[in-house]
Amino acid sequence: MEGILEITGGVFMVLGAVSLLVASIGLYRMPDFYNRIQIGTKASTFGASLSIVGVALIFPGWIPKLLAMLLFILFTNPISSHIVGRTAYFTNVPLSKRTKVDRLKEMSPGHLKKVKTKD
Amino acid sequence: MKKYILLFITLMIFWLLLNSSLSLEVFVIGAGVSILISLMFCSKCDIFNEISLTPKAIYATLMFIFVFLGALIKANLSITKRVLSPSLPINPGIVKVKTKLTSKVGRMVLANAITLTPGTFTLEIDGEDFFIHWVDVKSGETEENTKEIVSSFEKYLKLMYG
Repeated sequence: MEGILEITGGVFMVLGAVSLLVASIGLYRMPDFYNRIQIGTKASTFGASLSIVGVALIFPGWIPKLLAMLLFILFTNPISSHIVGRTAYFTNVPLSKRTKVDRLKEMSPGHLKKVKTKD
Repeated sequence: MKKYILLFITLMIFWLLLNSSLSLEVFVIGAGVSILISLMFCSKCDIFNEISLTPKAIYATLMFIFVFLGALIKANLSITKRVLSPSLPINPGIVKVKTKLTSKVGRMVLANAITLTPGTFTLEIDGEDFFIHWVDVKSGETEENTKEIVSSFEKYLKLMYG
């Protein structure tokens, strides 16, 4: 029985590692900053979570701490992505030429001023 | 009162997770420190008041987690396919969507769920308008995009936070 858990755990960890590999290839291939952030969330959600699930299956005694780690990653990652992306946009980091629409640019200039002085 | 209790429970859960033991002294120390922290720092955390704890809301929470995990797996597979395709089939763009949620927590959870799903991330929130950078934009129409990105999460968040 123990063998099965270990094998499943190993499979999960390999899947997590493959996810991280795909994410790093994506970081290299994506055309601009904003698309790279998208890949970053992929790495942390699938890559890190699958690795953590794998470790949890191999060492069941660590589950409470692993759960805490997973929760911290899932709660903090979107906030940092959002702040980094938003700062980049309002400091005029260019969008790629392939960008189809930009609905945020249509906002009035007053809106941008509000954003800069907010908190 | 409710906000103090909810902060206390949250702190206690994290304390117990980090300690991973239920011995008496660990429990007592954790409870004491959690009570102290929630009494000292929770005068401003009104955000907890918006969380409802009815059975319906708890059912909606569970369903939301389920739907969210499904969306996560689907989006991850689709982005993997895009990254590995030689032609890099992406149509990036920033779209605007509208949410029907009125509570602050509901909007926060929705924005975070959108950001956590690979392929979409929230750039800016302006009242009920979310500006979302999306890897696969099909059209610039607000309504269509709202339907595609937001509505599956919104249904349950509406029940959870109103």
